[in-house]
Amino acid sequence: MTGPRRVRTHCPYCALQCGTRLSREDGTVRVRPSDFPVNRGGLCRKGWTAPFVLEAPDRLRHPLLRGRDGRLLPADWDSALDAVTAGLQRVRRDHGPDGVAVFGGGGLTNEKAYLLGKLARTALGTSQIDYNGRFCMSSAAVAGNAAFGVDRGLPFPVTDLAEADTVLLAGANVAETMPPLMRHLDRADLVVIDPRRTRTAEASALHLQPLPGTDLALALGLLHIAVTEGWCDLGYVEERTSGFDEAWQRALAWWPERVERVTGVPAGEQREAVRMLARTRRAYILTGRGAEQHSKGTDTTAAFINLALALGLPGRRGSGYGCLTGQGNGQGGREHGQKADQLPGYRRLDDPAAREHVARVWGVDPNSLPGPGRSAYELLDALGEPDGPRALLVFGSNPVVSAPHAGRVGDRLAGLDLLVVADFFRSETAELADVVLPVAQWAEEEGTLTSLEGRVLRRRRLQDPPAGVLGDLEVIQALAVRLGQPASRFPAAPREVFDELRRASRGGPADYSGIDYERLDAGEALYWPCPEQPEGAGPHPGTPRLFLDRFAHPDGRARFAAVDHRDSAETACAQYPLTATTGRALAHYQSGTQTRRVPELLRAVPEVCVEVHPDTAARAGLSEGALAVVTSRRGRLTARVRIVNTMRSDTVFLPFHFPMSGRANLITNPALDPRSGMPEFKVCAVRVEPGEAGA
Amino acid sequence: MRAGIVIVGHGPAAHRLVQLLRRYGYRGRIGVLGAEHRPAYQRSLLGEVLGGRLRPPALTLPAVAEGADVRDGVTVTGVDRRRALVHTDDGGSHPYDTLVLATGARPHLPDLPGLRAPDGAPADGVTALRTLDDCLRIASAPGTGPTGAGKGGTQGPGVVVLGAGVLGVETAVDLRGAGHDVTLVHPAPHPMENRLDAPAGLLLTERLERLGVRMLPGRTPLAYRSGTLLLEDGGQVPARHLVVCAGAVPETSLARGCGLAVRTGVVVDAELRTSDPRVRAIGDCAEYQGTAGGSVLTAWEQADVLARLLTGGRARFRGARSAVRLRARGIDLAVLGGPDAPGEGHCADEVVTLMDRTRGRYARLVLREGRVHGAVLLGLPRAIAAVAQLYDQDLPAPSDRLSLLLGTPPADDRGGPAEDDVVCFCGGVTRAEVRRSWRDGARDLAAVAAATRATTGCGGCARDVLALGGGARSGAVEPVDGGPRRLAGLLGEGGA
Repeated sequence: MTGPRRVRTHCPYCALQCGTRLSREDGTVRVRPSDFPVNRGGLCRKGWTAPFVLEAPDRLRHPLLRGRDGRLLPADWDSALDAVTAGLQRVRRDHGPDGVAVFGGGGLTNEKAYLLGKLARTALGTSQIDYNGRFCMSSAAVAGNAAFGVDRGLPFPVTDLAEADTVLLAGANVAETMPPLMRHLDRADLVVIDPRRTRTAEASALHLQPLPGTDLALALGLLHIAVTEGWCDLGYVEERTSGFDEAWQRALAWWPERVERVTGVPAGEQREAVRMLARTRRAYILTGRGAEQHSKGTDTTAAFINLALALGLPGRRGSGYGCLTGQGNGQGGREHGQKADQLPGYRRLDDPAAREHVARVWGVDPNSLPGPGRSAYELLDALGEPDGPRALLVFGSNPVVSAPHAGRVGDRLAGLDLLVVADFFRSETAELADVVLPVAQWAEEEGTLTSLEGRVLRRRRLQDPPAGVLGDLEVIQALAVRLGQPASRFPAAPREVFDELRRASRGGPADYSGIDYERLDAGEALYWPCPEQPEGAGPHPGTPRLFLDRFAHPDGRARFAAVDHRDSAETACAQYPLTATTGRALAHYQSGTQTRRVPELLRAVPEVCVEVHPDTAARAGLSEGALAVVTSRRGRLTARVRIVNTMRSDTVFLPFHFPMSGRANLITNPALDPRSGMPEFKVCAVRVEPGEAGA
Repeated sequence: MRAGIVIVGHGPAAHRLVQLLRRYGYRGRIGVLGAEHRPAYQRSLLGEVLGGRLRPPALTLPAVAEGADVRDGVTVTGVDRRRALVHTDDGGSHPYDTLVLATGARPHLPDLPGLRAPDGAPADGVTALRTLDDCLRIASAPGTGPTGAGKGGTQGPGVVVLGAGVLGVETAVDLRGAGHDVTLVHPAPHPMENRLDAPAGLLLTERLERLGVRMLPGRTPLAYRSGTLLLEDGGQVPARHLVVCAGAVPETSLARGCGLAVRTGVVVDAELRTSDPRVRAIGDCAEYQGTAGGSVLTAWEQADVLARLLTGGRARFRGARSAVRLRARGIDLAVLGGPDAPGEGHCADEVVTLMDRTRGRYARLVLREGRVHGAVLLGLPRAIAAVAQLYDQDLPAPSDRLSLLLGTPPADDRGGPAEDDVVCFCGGVTRAEVRRSWRDGARDLAAVAAATRATTGCGGCARDVLALGGGARSGAVEPVDGGPRRLAGLLGEGGA
């Protein structure tokens, strides 16, 4: 193997992107946390054990091709790529360019996300591209863009949180999903909104425990209290915002005692939460998937932003609003063109000027660029249907496990003429593929990711990928060339792709044009926007803190949103009397494709469990450690019972990282947010019954 | 052109109905005739105005985007059901396909000498509280400016609230919160006697007194004369302003006038239909299955049912389960179930009571077949939130009734920590592993972290990990200062 013996890079998992130092010692890879300011020497057990994923025994080392007998068999790269190309050309001939779809991921580097979008919109000419970040960040992105004119998860460095007096976490269990972030929260009093008493809630000064699906009412109620208790920052509202009156007129109807009735959160605790935020100028409101993964996730996020604006938090040093991006490159992945409605630089695909600019960088006719396509679940739902795509390329995603109504998604994937999956392993989605392409992992590649604070980070290569494994960029290039594109239009070298991405992003909301590998490698902390400066001017320092002078709307003001509460798409009823909510366990990441292959992590949490209140368990005839069947209108799964005293008795919880009959997404509801396309992962109506005795 | 829907009244019920009709796709004409000289406002927040926390314009409800023909300050004088016409005092007449009565209620003014002016309206210095104008009248009345002086309000003229039902109690607390001297006069032995048993009533009285409201329960008023409320027992209460909270009466004169069936309120069925199928009624003026009025939440539910019906949907109003949640700062009180509910009449009932007089806490929980049948909860905020949800959704109550009332999770009987328990969750490190590393010579947290990974995730377990090191090593460990960077001090910045 070649490559340096040690590199500074970042953890392969979540959006915190903890700094790590990798070294190769005696043939194995060792990881140590670095003094990177986000993790300050910390790392969770996923990060500590990440090298196991590189060396997992079932790592794919050659392409797989489905044979005539229906089995996936080893193949060489030329045969595999020829098969893909032939299949794509056949589908394009018979069904047109939109017959081919692309599904990307929020874990892909900026370079990959960029090149994948370019592949779809030029070489394939399809409008049908979206990615799993739709299931992650989309509601916060829509709400953030509407409120502030730009969406950067945290518009301030993570380290600013360390000086806060109060931090409200709405639907964010950071103690388990990004533990080192807690190092920045140990000074602040935490207010945690979560239907479960999570480890984060345990660490809070105040835990509000609403019924799942009612947090929009709660957010409206908190704004109501801010107004009636005289805690609004009226000068700020007047000078820096617009739309307060319309937002207040909705919050008007949500007095604390009514909110209490709907949410189950005592009125006095609502008042205390707002008091804790309002008593200091150093307060932050942060949202996570718990608030966002709903059919009303955009409105719920907007309601929390309204509260932040009423209290005068955003756009001031020492306070603010932010959303906690989930996936490793959840921020960069939503900026560079793998999203259905988007071009690189966080430009809109339906903006003629944006099309003109990007088409010029790509050397194509702007009119040749397709328009916006389907959002992620709509795309998966349409596969193989009469008007839907017949072929799908999947990069960096495992939707059979991670998409809602997973049973339906599996059926749709099985109904395709051609399914191509690029992955490290035979993921559950890869198992359905016609062609599986083995690709390189984090420690085997160069690139950039943009973390939850909008800082662009370098991922560095410690070692080459195993023989027989290619990088995603090489795969994209090879496909593009086979589809008749010049190789120079699809460079496979990350640095070349990044330089092109810089030009494509120039002038866009997420402007990377002033960032290059040299500056990053020199250790500069560069947050976008970081535009290239004219000749003679010094390099742009980047923008650690947005909005300090003005918000990104033309009038410089932030906008309140006039939102009102509505029920979830499905509520508990006689047949399905409990509310199920889904989430994560510390030991696992996303669909578990990587973490389930780490023995230590699999030992820690080996299978799906369903957390239930003791009374709920007793009524259903369930005991600790037994198996339960959880059924919704869409499907059922079997899960190990975990009795948790602090659960609400009307709610059960399931983590979603597990395969086969343990997929929590077999039961989830694909009801979509009308503005963001986010599915309702966090609420569905279920019943829980004993599983097979003795099983 | 079709005449569409005409709504009489422009309170929260009518406003919600218009909103929902549009949301559910109603495209026809909507006419709204409101008697008050102002746009629709949130009546249930009048207390915020009385308490000085909101100004009147803040109560204005949002305008309906696609519009309705709204006329405020117009009184309906009669309904001609034969010709389907509504007549107004400005000489207008409005045809309808469907007429909706949302006329609300008017405050009851007891028949006491001095309460009424010759024209029957409240006399000078008397307000029967119902509207925003009433609030402004109280606020602008002479002698009712906040004094902030009163220790129990025994000196000087203040505001006297007559009637300690829900509205009277809330009003007294709001006025007191705004700094007024407030006396609450009530004929029954304790406030809210229809809903509260004696122990709860006593505690509520004590709580109100602690909030600075002068309480005069069990005192019957005789007359109001030159700034003084005269009581039956000879007592005299100076009252520069008298706020009467003696209940509300459904406003049914229009319905009576055109011959619709009226008992206490306008009688409606589950589809909110009156005795004339073209006329519906919602909100405080309507009576369903013998119950008239209710909270604004009931009125909104009726508006929702009616909007669905009028847009071709199917819906039925099933009546509201009785629930009162007092909205008074400093008092947590809820009463669930009808007046008869908190009893032991039913042999299958399970009754749980809790009395903690010193802390002002009281609970009486009536369970039928394991579900909440009725409850009185005072001073128990978490129980109020939890029990009300169980009651609304008719869910089984948790088996640990005391935990429910105290708002704590059920007791955990799993015992103390075991050696194979994880102490550092982020790193997956057990107590035994941490103990071993101390034993094997670790001198500080950094050494334990290097050996076991403990404390390297969120860092929250640093204290527990130190404790497992035992007192013998305390000299080797940095003290915990509890300051802003307490964790950074323990863990160091550099990492491994």
